[in-house]
Amino acid sequence: MLRDRSNLMVGLLLPIALILLFGYGLSFDVRNAPVALVMDDNSAIAREAVSGIGGSEYLVPVHAATMIEAEEMLRAGRVEAIVRVPVDFTRRVAAGDARVQLILNGLDSTTATTMESYVGGAISSAMQRRMDRSPEMRGGGRVELSQRTWFNEAGYSTWYLVPGLIALIMTLVGAFLTSLLIAREWERGTLEALFVTPVRPLELVLAKLVPYMIVGIIDLVMCLLAARYLFEVPIRGSLLAIVVASLLYLAVSLLLGLFISGVTRNQFAASQLALLLSFMPALMLSGFVFDLRNVPVVVRVVAQALPATHFMGMIKSLFLAGTDWIMVLRNCGILGAYGVILLFATRRTLRKRLD
Amino acid sequence: MTGSFASIVSEGLRKAFEAADGSALDAIDDVSFSIPPGTLTAFVGPDGAGKTTLMRMMAGLLTPDVGSLRVLGVDVRRDPQEVQSRISYMPQRFGLYEDLSVQENLDLYADLHGVTPEDRARRFSRLLRMTGLERFTRRPAGNLSGGMKQKLGLACTLVRVPDLLLLDEPSVGVDPLSRRDLWRILAQLIEEEGLSVVVSTAYMDEAERCEQVFVLNQGRLLAQGTPRELRGRAEGLTYVAEPREGMHARELQARLIDARERIADAVPRGGAVRFIRSPESGDADLGDLLHDAIMREQPAELEDAFMLLLREHVAGAGSDAGSPALAVDDGSLPRHARDGGDTVIRVRELVRKFGDFTAVANTSFDVRRGEIFGLLGPNGAGKTTTFRMLCGLLPATSGELDVAGVNLRTARAAARARIGYVAQRFSLYSNLSVRENLEFFAGAYGLRGRTLKRRVGETLERFGLDPSATSGLLPLGYKQRLAMAAGLIHEPDILFLDEPTSGIDPLARRAFWRAITALSQAGVTVVVTTHFMEEAEYCDRIAIQDAGRLLALGTPREVRERAGDGEEADMNRAFISIVEQARANGNDDRAAA
Repeated sequence: MLRDRSNLMVGLLLPIALILLFGYGLSFDVRNAPVALVMDDNSAIAREAVSGIGGSEYLVPVHAATMIEAEEMLRAGRVEAIVRVPVDFTRRVAAGDARVQLILNGLDSTTATTMESYVGGAISSAMQRRMDRSPEMRGGGRVELSQRTWFNEAGYSTWYLVPGLIALIMTLVGAFLTSLLIAREWERGTLEALFVTPVRPLELVLAKLVPYMIVGIIDLVMCLLAARYLFEVPIRGSLLAIVVASLLYLAVSLLLGLFISGVTRNQFAASQLALLLSFMPALMLSGFVFDLRNVPVVVRVVAQALPATHFMGMIKSLFLAGTDWIMVLRNCGILGAYGVILLFATRRTLRKRLD
Repeated sequence: MTGSFASIVSEGLRKAFEAADGSALDAIDDVSFSIPPGTLTAFVGPDGAGKTTLMRMMAGLLTPDVGSLRVLGVDVRRDPQEVQSRISYMPQRFGLYEDLSVQENLDLYADLHGVTPEDRARRFSRLLRMTGLERFTRRPAGNLSGGMKQKLGLACTLVRVPDLLLLDEPSVGVDPLSRRDLWRILAQLIEEEGLSVVVSTAYMDEAERCEQVFVLNQGRLLAQGTPRELRGRAEGLTYVAEPREGMHARELQARLIDARERIADAVPRGGAVRFIRSPESGDADLGDLLHDAIMREQPAELEDAFMLLLREHVAGAGSDAGSPALAVDDGSLPRHARDGGDTVIRVRELVRKFGDFTAVANTSFDVRRGEIFGLLGPNGAGKTTTFRMLCGLLPATSGELDVAGVNLRTARAAARARIGYVAQRFSLYSNLSVRENLEFFAGAYGLRGRTLKRRVGETLERFGLDPSATSGLLPLGYKQRLAMAAGLIHEPDILFLDEPTSGIDPLARRAFWRAITALSQAGVTVVVTTHFMEEAEYCDRIAIQDAGRLLALGTPREVRERAGDGEEADMNRAFISIVEQARANGNDDRAAA
């Protein structure tokens, strides 16, 4: 045990990494979430009512001039929620039946629920303070939160989980299956004979890629059908965009697996590494379970480096929010770049040399 | 095309690797040669000589550190792909796709080499006929026997006619019958297609068939020439000595090989001892060594020249790291009563089945105390299964099995304490030190406290092992020695050795057998499997197995006589003819039934 360093590393270092990651990094809390403020009534009392939103470390107010602007911000994912103070707010406070409109992003139902309680808490505690100061208002001043959730009105967690699951399945099928391919050929010695033939390294990579791409496409079709008909998740964005993005991500996953396989040349190490570098991060760091806005900068930087993160955000919004072509093009561009880099990196691992 | 060029030219070639302990190891050290086209050329050398490294460099799979290497007129370093497109290369471990059928493997390689469909049909049928694989085209390659796999590997390598064929130890680990078949196929192709072939091998009889032979050892080119030229080096130095009545050839051989200044090499053969006199010493010096043995001069063989070259090289290099001569002091070995002749292993109608498959059928034999008993057979013959049953590692399906007077079917644990076992693969803990390994095994055999300490100390001294060395970093010969030390630490009555000499060089093999001879003299019974047929000559008695059946049992001389090839036949040929006769009879039986 003591002499076997690699086992010792897995036994001791992995738990440490997980403890730190979960303890400090990952949580279901919401922190510094941007909230669009639409002040249709800009009176002192209205401003005071929403002042609590800026007063906590959880929420960051972003001022929007009009509701239309705020809605755009929500759709583009720049804000998590919209708080709108209606024109008649001041008048109705006196009457004791004031309302504040809250629109939440339902793509992440966990975050939405948390946000709702934060915003509600911030407004009601601000109003409570005001009432304590001015006893004449006692009895009135109640503010009701009229809340709506966009993109996932019912707040079904399946709506939010299923698109993410597609990303997970593409990761698993891709990286896991292919991680064994080249390593197996190294172990069995088949590559040595294969190298001394006219075959080119790039041909080898593509020959390994194509069959698994087909398997991946079948999986993708199954996922999409299940999402639509089994779980009844709405597909609000362009189906074409979903398919293109998924294929791109599938190719990146497959190539990542092949690359790991080519570098390790050992099936056991390759499968461990594929788990550690593709599946685990895709599960924990891509925004599938944990909201990336809540994590420390270091973890966020790591998360942003993962292809899974870019795909996860894109596929969720394509399913539930609609097609934001700029976002789709940007994320597909990132995935494409990963694909090209990995393709050439994998080719290098098969450059027909044994030393 | 290549007519005016040499097919391979190497100048000052060097390649070093990082050894396991971090130091640089010269795999190929300043090697220059030129190979003319249209020839059959052999690189011979013991394991670790650098043959595979050299082959891989020729195939463009490894880049030389220094020097130039041109293959078919192309600089391999600059344009490996050009070379790889024109040659065919069969690596030592030819990677067949085991899940693919024989036909699919052939198709794959034909695709890779871009063989046209018209050529394909003709070529395939010819290759399949030559390799005898016609009936098995649909069988998955993983289900073929070792010899058939190797033939399929050769067929895949030859799906087209290359400008140059490189074969890296094509016959390693292949039984004598398949080995002969492989060379028949090769000879036929060379004759009919005028192939240029470069082959590496550890077998001298294979080198003997080649036009040019290069002798490699520890990365250096020791000699080159035709087999006849090389044989000339040992001319007049080789003899056979008949031991006097009552003396075992092995004992005479031990005496001769111990006289390292005067004798370059000695091996038992055909009941006598074949030896090479050192060039420096005269015939007259040998009298005291031989006692009453009758000495006759013999024509030199390639093997003699090879052994002479190896000895000179090792002596010149001043290191014998690869071939540790085990310090054998018979007195320090545990003395067992040599009451001679009582049976320590008794096997009666032993059967082992795996499902429908009969791995060992109705096998009966005895092994007597102090005997060296050899178990020989092709791959898949049932040697290993028999062996495992004898060691109590595998229960028998039926039959009687007494080891050291204990019935193995009822009291396995009791028998185990009296036997030592050395597995084929190095099965000690690589990252433990030598002492830790010995202590571990001593503990596993039930030694405790002071007895354990004393026994480990004695064993370290007896086997000349460095207690603090890391086991995994030892040279192969020393690893083998450590494995044997671990098997002997509890002073067993019987020592089982499974393929102990595979993968170690000839000098280390001599040293190993010298130690076995000493053990036997001390009364330890030794049961050994080997695929080196000539090593059967060290044994008192041997058993030949094929397809689970015991085909021959007796002293090496009796077995040779049974083969009917006369007294002079070597063990290799005797083995082939016994197995072939049995297989022919077996087929007749099946045809009759």
